[in-house]
Amino acid sequence: MKLLETLLNGLSSGSTYAMIALGYTMVYGIAKMLNFAHGDVIMVGGYTLYVSAVMMGIHPLLALLLAIICCAVLGVTIEKLAYKPLRGASPLAVLITAIGMSYLLQSVAQMIFGSADRMVRLFDLGRITVGSMQISTYTIITLACSAVIMAGLSLFVKYTRIGRAMIAVSEDKDAAQLMGINVNFIITITFAIGSALAAFAGFFMVLKSPPVNSTLGAMPGIKAFTAAVIGGIGSIPGAMLGGILMGIVESFAQTNPVIAPFTVAIEFSILIVILLVRPSGILGKKRREKV
Amino acid sequence: MAETVLKIENLGISFGGLKAVQGLNMEIREKELYGLVGPNGAGKTTVFNMITGVYKPTTGKFYLCGEDLTGKSQETINHKGIARTFQNIRLFNNMTVVRNVMVGLHNQPEYKCGLFTSMLRLPRHFKVEKKMREHAKQILEVVGLLEERNNLACNLPYGKQRKLEIARALATNPKLLCLDEPAAGMNPHETQELMDIIRLIREKFNVTILLIEHDMKFVSGLCDEITVLNFGTVLAQGDTKTALQDPEVVKAYIGG
Amino acid sequence: MSKLKNIKWKQYIVYLVLVAVACYFGVFGLQQNLNRSTTILLEKAAVAMILAVSLNLVVGFLGELSLGHAGFMCVGAYLGAKTALALTAAMGPGNELLVLVICLLVGGVAAAACGVIIGLPALRLRGDYLAIVTLAFGEIVRSLFENLPDEMFGGSLGQQSVRYDRYQLFIIGFVLVILTLAVLQNLIRSKHGRAVTSIRDSEIAARACGINVTKYKLLVFTVSAFFAGIAGVLFSFTQNKVQPTTFDYNYSIEILVMVVLGGMGSLNGSLIAAVLITYLNEELQIVLTGDLAVLRGLLYALVMILLIIYRNAPALKGFREKWNMKRFIDRMRKHDPAKIHDDEAKWDRVPTKIMVDEVLSVDIQTSSPYTPDKRKKEED
Repeated sequence: MKLLETLLNGLSSGSTYAMIALGYTMVYGIAKMLNFAHGDVIMVGGYTLYVSAVMMGIHPLLALLLAIICCAVLGVTIEKLAYKPLRGASPLAVLITAIGMSYLLQSVAQMIFGSADRMVRLFDLGRITVGSMQISTYTIITLACSAVIMAGLSLFVKYTRIGRAMIAVSEDKDAAQLMGINVNFIITITFAIGSALAAFAGFFMVLKSPPVNSTLGAMPGIKAFTAAVIGGIGSIPGAMLGGILMGIVESFAQTNPVIAPFTVAIEFSILIVILLVRPSGILGKKRREKV
Repeated sequence: MAETVLKIENLGISFGGLKAVQGLNMEIREKELYGLVGPNGAGKTTVFNMITGVYKPTTGKFYLCGEDLTGKSQETINHKGIARTFQNIRLFNNMTVVRNVMVGLHNQPEYKCGLFTSMLRLPRHFKVEKKMREHAKQILEVVGLLEERNNLACNLPYGKQRKLEIARALATNPKLLCLDEPAAGMNPHETQELMDIIRLIREKFNVTILLIEHDMKFVSGLCDEITVLNFGTVLAQGDTKTALQDPEVVKAYIGG
Repeated sequence: MSKLKNIKWKQYIVYLVLVAVACYFGVFGLQQNLNRSTTILLEKAAVAMILAVSLNLVVGFLGELSLGHAGFMCVGAYLGAKTALALTAAMGPGNELLVLVICLLVGGVAAAACGVIIGLPALRLRGDYLAIVTLAFGEIVRSLFENLPDEMFGGSLGQQSVRYDRYQLFIIGFVLVILTLAVLQNLIRSKHGRAVTSIRDSEIAARACGINVTKYKLLVFTVSAFFAGIAGVLFSFTQNKVQPTTFDYNYSIEILVMVVLGGMGSLNGSLIAAVLITYLNEELQIVLTGDLAVLRGLLYALVMILLIIYRNAPALKGFREKWNMKRFIDRMRKHDPAKIHDDEAKWDRVPTKIMVDEVLSVDIQTSSPYTPDKRKKEED
């Protein structure tokens, strides 16, 4: 029973990671860059929830909608201001700009809200007892929501015009452009979707633990990024798999008091081991450089 | 009969289901100028990639002066004496022309210089550097790039970049020099000049040359023997003139 | 006399400047006339300079992004502090310099060993993947030191360390900077350095030229880690306590900012940027207190983003070429801009090692004729 509980907890935090990892992976697939600022978009989502739901007293679900819109707009703005001018420049330059952007968002948030934690209590979620097992409602909500979102996203990419255009752009940007796909538009959409997913992740994180501060997204961001790489960056199912794997490892490690302090070390060691065995991640595809 | 430098036996590779090259047999003798021709996608560059260790062949073996080099790493194969140039030019763009060639000289035994000798700047370091630079200049003179030696490689015009690639490959002191479309993108005048340079190189450096080329005039004017590839298999092989007149070859090139 | 003329004096100016600074402050230091903040600033600058220069070897010359440089420093700092405590207890006073040298070696070698461990994945991974592995390494090291039992390395409270006399330590710091710089500079200006830069410019071509890529990648990671370890040991001697939080991910980024600001592939640039950022950090800490301290981060972030965009944006290329310092100086000296005698990487031609090689996939399999697919090959 204890085992099942841990597994469920792992699945729910794993699906939060998966949400964030999806953002990383989609942006990587389309724009071929690591959006280091992605984790901080979660933080902006958290603060939006704080401002709307706690300060202004809007209904939490409406607040979530607001957070999604805010994050999507923010994601697109970041892309337009910081990344678009660098399209075609050295990838290293883009990566460093992304790191700078992450810093910028954190500093701005800290300037506006200070360094103290802000409490965001949205719902009073109880616990459900199934047999001898106690499951928090949060776990179930997270699992259900993320399952729906991920299924929706997969269908969207597979079956809609825009989704197929996304695959085309990720395969070959120039060829896609020649085929009449508006590459700029597709990149914008990708950033919007990725950031909206980050807002969802922020919502789940706030449900789990209310305090919000300017580094809310930093560590989950790095972990989710790790998850995306483990799953094979650029691959949507890979991001889901990696995220859930990460969550389960984390939750099992934390139940054991001896290895609990080393959770982070264990997670990152798994990353290194997996990359050494399969350099492109579990589901990633390897492409050789043409000679 | 001169000694065999490169011997290829039943060489083949497949990518997924696609058999890019299969059943290739070739023999190149010392100081020969050997051509590898064929239409686009015939597998010529793949052959180069196999004999320089970029790809591991799925079947067959190849020997350099009798030594089996199949499946060895790129570095080892280069040390053993096969040097190459690239179809899409790969120079060290942030370095000057002379330094590009000096990288090619890196592994020559006479320029051995330990790590600590370099870090401490012992006299040997300066001596080696000076000798290397002189040697590099000599090679550059042969390909006609001496004047450009202090320019950055990326600032050179296209034709000169190709020549620099040849110079860099020569610097590794190869027995067999593989040139991947050396005349691509050159005008007729430059092509003519390149033919002279290639002949000069063969005499001066005592090297066997294997080259891939599309330009039939270039091939027939330069090569002693050729192999014609199409869809990964050999169409014709042998003396340049006869091989080019082979009906299969004419069909593959002109169609019909 | 002619031999003297042959020496390229320009190459050595930076050493002269460093010696001059060390002497200038050293005189005051030995008279104990320096105020506390100046000595701390000098110590911090020395640590930062060693870190920035050693990171530049990996990022600027090998062209691989490392986000875990603080991890190597962490190893050096902890082991240095631990060794120093043990040695001081064993050898008693009067042996300070010997203790320091032994600690430097211990810390440096331990960090270098970690460098080899990180260098091994570097042989298989590139670009983004390697960057994330180095980041992971940094976090692993930090969290290990933080969470190991308190008896070993002091846990989250930090490891006790030996604080050396602040009037003299910075002189040793500057000596170390000069040594680091000399070793790295000599390495880069030798045939081995040329091999490293050739790997940066084109790994495939370097292999085709017979360069042993494995050897040089490992070498660069090891040397870079060694000096980061040295910086860590030096850092531990400037502190009473080595705390794990110092070496977090943000610190690695700060070192990276120094390298970027100074220019990749320019050691002198790294030195200048390291001093500048350390100085600004100190000054801004005094000016911006409390909530205003955030402004510092904001400023760095903005400067970093704007600088990178200005230097790299393809759209601004014409503008950059028209208005740049180098061209201005060249014109003053009637210098032909086409002739450049250095291996310095130009910013707009900085290596593109970070591979753009993965595609967004749901289930579509791609195969191009030049993509050898391992799994399928085995089926044949």
